[in-house]
Amino acid sequence: MMEQIQQPWPWYVAGILIGLIVPALLILGNKTFGISSNLRHVCAACIPAGLPFFKYDWKKEVWNFFFVGGIFGGAFIANAFLMSGAPIEVSPALQSELAGYGLTDYSYMLPKELFSFESLLTVRGFIIMVVGGFLVGFGTRYAGGCTSGHAIMGLSNLQWPSLVATISFMVGGFFMANIILPWILSL
Amino acid sequence: MNNEKVQNIDSNTACVNESTQQHPAWYNLKYAAVGIIFGIVFVKAEIISWFRIQEMFRLQSFHMFGVIGTAVVVGAISVFLIKKLDIKTIHGEKIKIADKEFNKGQIYGGLLFGFGWALTGACPGPLFAHIGAGFYAVLVVILSAIAGTWTYGYFRDKLPH
Repeated sequence: MMEQIQQPWPWYVAGILIGLIVPALLILGNKTFGISSNLRHVCAACIPAGLPFFKYDWKKEVWNFFFVGGIFGGAFIANAFLMSGAPIEVSPALQSELAGYGLTDYSYMLPKELFSFESLLTVRGFIIMVVGGFLVGFGTRYAGGCTSGHAIMGLSNLQWPSLVATISFMVGGFFMANIILPWILSL
Repeated sequence: MNNEKVQNIDSNTACVNESTQQHPAWYNLKYAAVGIIFGIVFVKAEIISWFRIQEMFRLQSFHMFGVIGTAVVVGAISVFLIKKLDIKTIHGEKIKIADKEFNKGQIYGGLLFGFGWALTGACPGPLFAHIGAGFYAVLVVILSAIAGTWTYGYFRDKLPH
């Protein structure tokens, strides 16, 4: 049993559990699943700067901070107690592509060559961490949600604007990963 | 872009289906409990993996499509049953889910988020999970995402919606 838990979980287990978060939040207190809103609540709480977009009662949304706090805790538990310690498995095609950019470290789920404080001083590290993060924050708010709010919650509620958003996420991702990222990684 | 429409989008993107009931703060711990399960799944199913996201966008693995697809099916069946059977919250309140209204931001913003998703290999949830898993360099990405959100708030009146 413990051995199975320590292996990477299959997609259907993860999919079912994540899908069940939708009714869990609704039934526990009429909350809609969505994570990127927290970035907005942080702005509203810490740096509202008089902007109308951040002028609302963020304290009412405190439940979402608790939800994110749980994600911290869950990730900590999984990493500390539920891992096998084996290097993660990555498709051979991707491995050989990444090797061409000098990325060969599979000890964590992010390539440590790209995601580190030292890597911030390199061009590709800066683009991936800082520009990438900026686009995640800017884009999710502009779109009104991220993978959880649009792709999972919105599609579960059969909202066509969420389908538009989800398709846009995927188009943007395919374009970046296949056309632009190879160039960035070679910098 | 008139200001009134922007204000409407405002009200549609924060504080939707707000419960009208008042509860003590510790009631929020139930959401933390759901978050813990989510955080474990994030790590154990490698949803926070930059490599998994790259495989998804290169069609080299079915994994992420399977995760998101199954989650949508389970979520959709759940929402259908909640509406059909008029299931109430544990506090007896009627469950309401606000509709999403279309605006062009879902396209422009969606594309920009897609770029960021492929670069960082993470949507907002996994960013938080990386910190929990002890990978602190991702704090930089989170701070940058907060800056991006703030910048959107600053320029939103001038952006096409």
